[in-house]
Amino acid sequence: MITPDAVLLATVAVLVAAGIFLVLERSLTRIVLGVLLLGNGINLLILTAGGPTGEPPILGSAMTRRMSDPLPQIMVLTAIVITLALMSFLLALAHRSRQLTGNDEVRDDDEDRRVILRAAREEARLRLREEIERIRQAATEQGLHAERRTRREVRAAVRRERRELRRRLRAEWERQMAADDPDRAIDSTMGEDAR
Amino acid sequence: MNALVPLPVLLPLLAAGLKLAIEPRRTGLQRGISITVLAAVTVIAAVLLVQADRYGPQVMYAGGWPPPVGIVLVADRLAALVLLVSAVTTLCVLVYAIGQGMTDSDEITPLAIFHPSYLVLVAGVANTFLAGDLFNLYVGFEIMLTASYILITIGGTGNRVRAGMTYIVVSLVFSVIFLMAVGLCYAATGTLTMAQLAPRLDALPEQVRLMLQLTLLVGFAIKAAVFPLSSWLPDSYPTTPAPVTAVFAGLLTKVGVYSIMRTQTLLFPGGRLSALLLVTAALTMVIGILGAVAQTDIKRLLSFTQVSHIGYMLFGIGLATPAGLSGAIFYIVHHITVQTTLFLVTGLVERRGGTTSIKRLGGLARVSPLLAVLFFVPAMNLAGIPPLSGFLGKLGLIRAGVAAGVPLAYELVAISLLTSLLTLYAIAWVWNRAFWSERGRIAEPGQVIGHREGIGGTPIVASASPATMIGPTVALIVFTLAFTVWAGPLVGYADRAAADLFARTPYLEAVLR
Repeated sequence: MITPDAVLLATVAVLVAAGIFLVLERSLTRIVLGVLLLGNGINLLILTAGGPTGEPPILGSAMTRRMSDPLPQIMVLTAIVITLALMSFLLALAHRSRQLTGNDEVRDDDEDRRVILRAAREEARLRLREEIERIRQAATEQGLHAERRTRREVRAAVRRERRELRRRLRAEWERQMAADDPDRAIDSTMGEDAR
Repeated sequence: MNALVPLPVLLPLLAAGLKLAIEPRRTGLQRGISITVLAAVTVIAAVLLVQADRYGPQVMYAGGWPPPVGIVLVADRLAALVLLVSAVTTLCVLVYAIGQGMTDSDEITPLAIFHPSYLVLVAGVANTFLAGDLFNLYVGFEIMLTASYILITIGGTGNRVRAGMTYIVVSLVFSVIFLMAVGLCYAATGTLTMAQLAPRLDALPEQVRLMLQLTLLVGFAIKAAVFPLSSWLPDSYPTTPAPVTAVFAGLLTKVGVYSIMRTQTLLFPGGRLSALLLVTAALTMVIGILGAVAQTDIKRLLSFTQVSHIGYMLFGIGLATPAGLSGAIFYIVHHITVQTTLFLVTGLVERRGGTTSIKRLGGLARVSPLLAVLFFVPAMNLAGIPPLSGFLGKLGLIRAGVAAGVPLAYELVAISLLTSLLTLYAIAWVWNRAFWSERGRIAEPGQVIGHREGIGGTPIVASASPATMIGPTVALIVFTLAFTVWAGPLVGYADRAAADLFARTPYLEAVLR
């Protein structure tokens, strides 16, 4: 037979699992939902910590022994109020982020972005080396006359890679500037709100 | 019953409410209230310190309700000491922030938003130090964190919103874990008053107790930025304005460390997780300082050294001996002030040089000798150069480690020496590049060097810092130097506080009577 407590605990497990899944997302709105689920799960856990259900804990309405424990209920009330305040703040933050960048994603930190750029540069260098190797090989197969053409092709490949890298850097820079520029952010949202 | 105990929590909260009622343009009144309240809190904390030292832990039952039902606030030796240090630090930072606000003629925004949030933050910090039950500790953390969310995203610029998101999500995860631990403790023992929890937890089965201990430890380790859970800190702190970074760096992580210390000694005595704490302490030290060495921005570098030095306090707690705890208490006190001072000085450097990038700064010692001295003293203190308090704190911990005599403790001693050396290396690098080298151009005073972050950012002009900003910085440096001059009494006090923590009986008897 399933006791009410087991049902509650199973609910706690489901809520917490779903909450953790959502908190791991990148979008702040989903994180808000995740934290809400997590908070509700933990609140239920605290309620079950109060023991079996009983009469309302009002002095004189029932025997003290048969009353339910009021302390967990008080704690849950406090926790609910705190969660409510924080969720409204997070939603405001998500809105502000949308104003600034057009989405509400939690962005990578500076260090991560630097590492990613460094990896991209490393990758480009590898690609370039392969390309040059290929051109050289083709040139040796064609004989000595291909010398000048090889040089030209190598230069073109280098230029291509450099352009590609610069494009990525510029895109990154643009994104950052857009995020840090208050005027542009306000303009874009005002336009959106007008629509 | 001591009616003074709740005042460090109540006064800032009342003042924050009052400020919202007063018109923000009455700047003199607004500033006056903030400074008066924080000065009063400092005095009260000093009185509590003397009382706790002479007559044992000071206790206050809110509403006169006895412990299991009501909220109990306790100021024992440890709580009173950290309360006093945090009060002095927050007061100095407030004066600094007011100085910055006045010179930047940025009057309304900081007064309307910064001051109330700052006061609520101070109230939250005091509440966590004084909380006598786990749920009130949770509420204290939430008060503090909610205020910090506002402060970290103040102005709502792109950079701060990005950093704030990481910070807030990580803090929310901490809140959930801590709340879960609170619920589990209640389910296991039927009480949350720490004095009642302590004997009841002792009676629990070993596995249940270990689970509760680990859950609480993981929660506080997030807030204290202990290694595997520390990567949020160096990213989120450097984006905020200098006073905010300073108070965050000085206090917020130490609140986590304080909570670890309180729970690991009062609720779970005997050092069952000693080995785990020592290993994470070593990892925190090494990983943190290696991160610092690789940075090219002073603020980020300092954030990484902060993570690293959390390892020292954890080392003392992990030893689980009175000497180790005493060393950790001394180190907490030293580190709160030194870290705050360094971030304040970095704020001054940014005003003068227009940047905190070590690659672009240079020759500051020639342009502004005062700034160089202000940076040099706390920086050497952080690195632990004798006879400054950083050296004394590390010496205390190392002696405690050697006295503990277990192989792991010896390894920790070696690692803390290495970390100290690497801290000196990182700090010396900043000093050489930013202050001593002749390369790099420093803007002339009066030159526009950038624009303030925030809506309608006004231009920032390179300027010699005003006396209202230099003054509090100097005051904090003098405060840290006082730890060196009066190291004897302070170590004696830390020893007594550690003995109290270790014995547990003074606390339990004072609360339960």
